[in-house]
Amino acid sequence: MKNVYENEMKLEFLSKSSNESFARITVAAFASQLDPSLEEIADIKTAVSEAVTNCIIHGYEEKEGIIKIKCRLFANSIEIEISDNGKGIEDIEKARQVLYTSKSELERSGMGFTIMESFMDEVKVESVLGVGTKVTMKKMIKVSDGIEEMEVKL
Amino acid sequence: MKVEYKKKDKLLILKITEEIDHHSCEKIKKRADYEIEIHIPKKVVFDFSNVNFMDSSGIGMIIGRYKLAKMFGGEMELINVKPSIKKILEMSGILKLISIEETGGSEFEKCI
Repeated sequence: MKNVYENEMKLEFLSKSSNESFARITVAAFASQLDPSLEEIADIKTAVSEAVTNCIIHGYEEKEGIIKIKCRLFANSIEIEISDNGKGIEDIEKARQVLYTSKSELERSGMGFTIMESFMDEVKVESVLGVGTKVTMKKMIKVSDGIEEMEVKL
Repeated sequence: MKVEYKKKDKLLILKITEEIDHHSCEKIKKRADYEIEIHIPKKVVFDFSNVNFMDSSGIGMIIGRYKLAKMFGGEMELINVKPSIKKILEMSGILKLISIEETGGSEFEKCI
């Protein structure tokens, strides 16, 4: 039962920085079906923005490429998979370290993976040099307050 | 971005009017640097009242402008920061260097 998802969507777009807001807003709109709180929505938007920015800056190094997003909704969680066919990460452990950035000349803060890890419940990174990178994130969505209140009344 | 400079107090107020991500940061950085360099303010204030979203690109942007302002002997302050953005600022540790002010009856109220 655990792996049965209730809804799914796929998105494909060019690695242009102007698509960063498109990507996070689209994922947030899809996630809203689970009736998340404003804070949960903000967390999802931020994590998606970080992952997509990584694809653009690091995966494709600001050259043109395709970024794919796959989202699955489960009864009380969302799974977001963001992938590129860019250059890949040489040392994933290092990339995930707080404040580590390979692009300090761009004033990057090195907080990307740290934010994804603290805003989402699970973050998995798979990468093959020269082939691409896939980040899979999962977030639990609490059952909305409305339902709990109704149960109390009954 | 809306820019206001109070000559008397050497106060530069930069009101950001869009979501802050890697895309919008380039534009914000350029404009902010230009304003800091021509005014050499004693204090740079970023007004976040119209900012509903910021990712880690914003952290890099703020630190960069802080360094520039500091180089000219100025300080920095952030005002009207929403909770979701404050969460990221807190995580980054930059609040040890830059203060967040809740506005209300301060000198900025009149300016903004």
